[in-house]
Amino acid sequence: MYVTDKILPAQPAPSDTKGPVVWLKENLFSSPLNILMTLFAVYLIYLLVPPAIQWAFIDADWFAATRDGCSREGACWAYIANRFGQTIYGFYPEAEQWRVNTAFLMLIVLCIPLFINSFPKKMWLGGFILIIFPFIAFFLIHGGSFGLVEVSTDKWGGLMLTLIISIIGITLALPLGIILALGRRSHMPIVKSVSVLFIEFWRGVPLITVLFMSSVMLPLFMPEGSDFDKLARAMIGIILFQSAYVAEVVRGGLQAIPKGQYEAAVAMGLTYWKSMFLVILPQALKLVIPGLVNTFIALFKDTTLVLIIGLFDLLGVVQNVLGADSKWLGFETEGYVYAAFVFWLFCFGMSRYSMALERKLHTGHKR
Amino acid sequence: MSTQQKGLTPGKPPIWNDPHYRALFFQVLLIIGLGVFLVYIVNNTLANMEARGISTGFAFLNERSGFDILQSLVPFSADSTYGKTFIVGLLNTLLITALGIILATILGFIIGVARLSKNWLIAKLATIFIETFRNIPLLIQIFFWYFVVLRAMPSARDSLSIADSFFLNVRGMYIPSPVTGDGFIFTTIAFVIGIIAAFIMRRWARNRQFATGEQFPVFWTALGLIFGLPLLVFVLTGSPLTWDLPVLERFNFAGGTRIIPELLALLIALSIYTAAFIAEIVRSGILAVSHGQTEAALSVGLTPNQNLRLVVIPQAMRVIIPPMTSQYLNLAKNSSLATAIGYPDIVSVFMGTTLNQTGQAVEIIAMTMAVYLTLSLTISVFMNWYNAKMALVER
Repeated sequence: MYVTDKILPAQPAPSDTKGPVVWLKENLFSSPLNILMTLFAVYLIYLLVPPAIQWAFIDADWFAATRDGCSREGACWAYIANRFGQTIYGFYPEAEQWRVNTAFLMLIVLCIPLFINSFPKKMWLGGFILIIFPFIAFFLIHGGSFGLVEVSTDKWGGLMLTLIISIIGITLALPLGIILALGRRSHMPIVKSVSVLFIEFWRGVPLITVLFMSSVMLPLFMPEGSDFDKLARAMIGIILFQSAYVAEVVRGGLQAIPKGQYEAAVAMGLTYWKSMFLVILPQALKLVIPGLVNTFIALFKDTTLVLIIGLFDLLGVVQNVLGADSKWLGFETEGYVYAAFVFWLFCFGMSRYSMALERKLHTGHKR
Repeated sequence: MSTQQKGLTPGKPPIWNDPHYRALFFQVLLIIGLGVFLVYIVNNTLANMEARGISTGFAFLNERSGFDILQSLVPFSADSTYGKTFIVGLLNTLLITALGIILATILGFIIGVARLSKNWLIAKLATIFIETFRNIPLLIQIFFWYFVVLRAMPSARDSLSIADSFFLNVRGMYIPSPVTGDGFIFTTIAFVIGIIAAFIMRRWARNRQFATGEQFPVFWTALGLIFGLPLLVFVLTGSPLTWDLPVLERFNFAGGTRIIPELLALLIALSIYTAAFIAEIVRSGILAVSHGQTEAALSVGLTPNQNLRLVVIPQAMRVIIPPMTSQYLNLAKNSSLATAIGYPDIVSVFMGTTLNQTGQAVEIIAMTMAVYLTLSLTISVFMNWYNAKMALVER
């Protein structure tokens, strides 16, 4: 009997199961229909990609002081470069722009530790960011005290305004949304129906009507003579609108917590609020973080609608300020492509982050 | 605590600790709070409106509007009432919603299936389409189609044309419009009869299959009943339908139907944006049907086609329908962005022009919001009914 005393080295796979040619054959040319589809796709790419690259890069003009410097054959990025500051800050005075930069830099620096798993006392830091920081940021950006020149909100604009609206929108909608979600799950019939009505009302109407309502009707609701800032009115509408969506996301998390957790909390003798804040919500909110990020993405895209009520967010600046400049007429395409690219970067980045988070957080409930 | 120390039988807790009374107390508090808030707002509003001289009530609906509307499905002129502007706006909103839902569903299904294609190139192209269009705000897309693409169309004289009956130029799209002659009504009746007959035939075929196991070519028979029967009647009555083709006259087109560029831009942007979301829903729905189902279907002798039609799609639909409902609702609500480019939908006409002219903000905003709430409610009731019909029937 022959028994081998050494292990044979692994052989390479047969040449007809590996390699780029086989890959092409399997993925692109496996059947007549597949070949047809490949040809169609290649034709589509040929039709779209070369002209786009030609326009955006090869024929583009990057540096020019006036519109005459642009050849018009390709994109005129010099137009965006010249007005770049305005698309970021709106009409915010140039000498004071460091205040905006400081506020956003502070926010980023404060947020970095939240992503480090082993950082101590994250709860306190989060509380500081949510409760104290907004006041600091407001004093910095709005000014009017501590020797800072006041910059009224009608001068705010551009990407800065987009970010301010969406960040404040989600931060203030979160607590309201949590209360509404708890209300909707309540056993008290009146609390429950009030929450359901509130949520379904705001979810049933488009944001534009909400913005119209807050800009036209809110002044009527207030006592006579009280004047309201335009941005603040829009913010109130956005927060109420957004809280309904946050409430539905949070409710999903509350429903995913097993009933045993509720019963155990009650059996421990915890009161309703204690059992919610110490047992249920920490688990539920962890589950819905990806959902909340998705809600934030939707809100971020929706902030563009404020241009309809006359605020100048990033798209508002591109559409109504840059677009109306007689020195640079005829470059709408570049403006929209630029705005679309900025929004796309933010939204795509956040959606990837949300997906990664979902995978990371999913482990706790997998068995 | 004290009650338990006295004996083993728990006594009644004090009234402030009794959950029943506590619930009652908090709810009464909530009602009072809400009531006070409402009274405060209503009082303020009434005082403000009086101070500004804004009249109240719905009498303005019967007044002459005095402005024209770009597109109207019912006869409308500047002499029509404000009430009529509401109707026109509402119909335009319904039109864009219906067209958008149809187009977005078709496109979304194609892209969603393409993303699952075995062809690497097609799958990647579908992914790029989805990731591009759902991460760019809808408003930018609408502006892009309206101000960039449709503005770049040639003038009427150099219109792009298909078969000399469809024309696209800077003023919009011109398509042939059907003109029905005498006796076309019979074709319509035949069409309705065909649909009813197809339903009866399907039920009969199903009962027969349950009883005897014999199959009946339902699909082809239904096709014949729904399209063949009207076609037969149409030919027999002497083809009473002609097409009114758009013809280029000196400056513009005459005849046919004009689709205004506002509608076109809004429709393209809405359909593409929603299709990107629907594609993801379709993909996840198909992936949710486990491969074991397909293997089981093939092993009991179903053809791949039958497997798709009888096993995979019915199960995927269950996963797809609920999120699809919310996409349809989103589309209906997003159609209000029409106001940004001036498509005369209800927000643009009624909440825009009519509100500016009459100043009756409370009534107009309430009416507009009621329209959207009704629309949302109708779509979700219909989809819930459909969902209940398709849902898993458990024993």
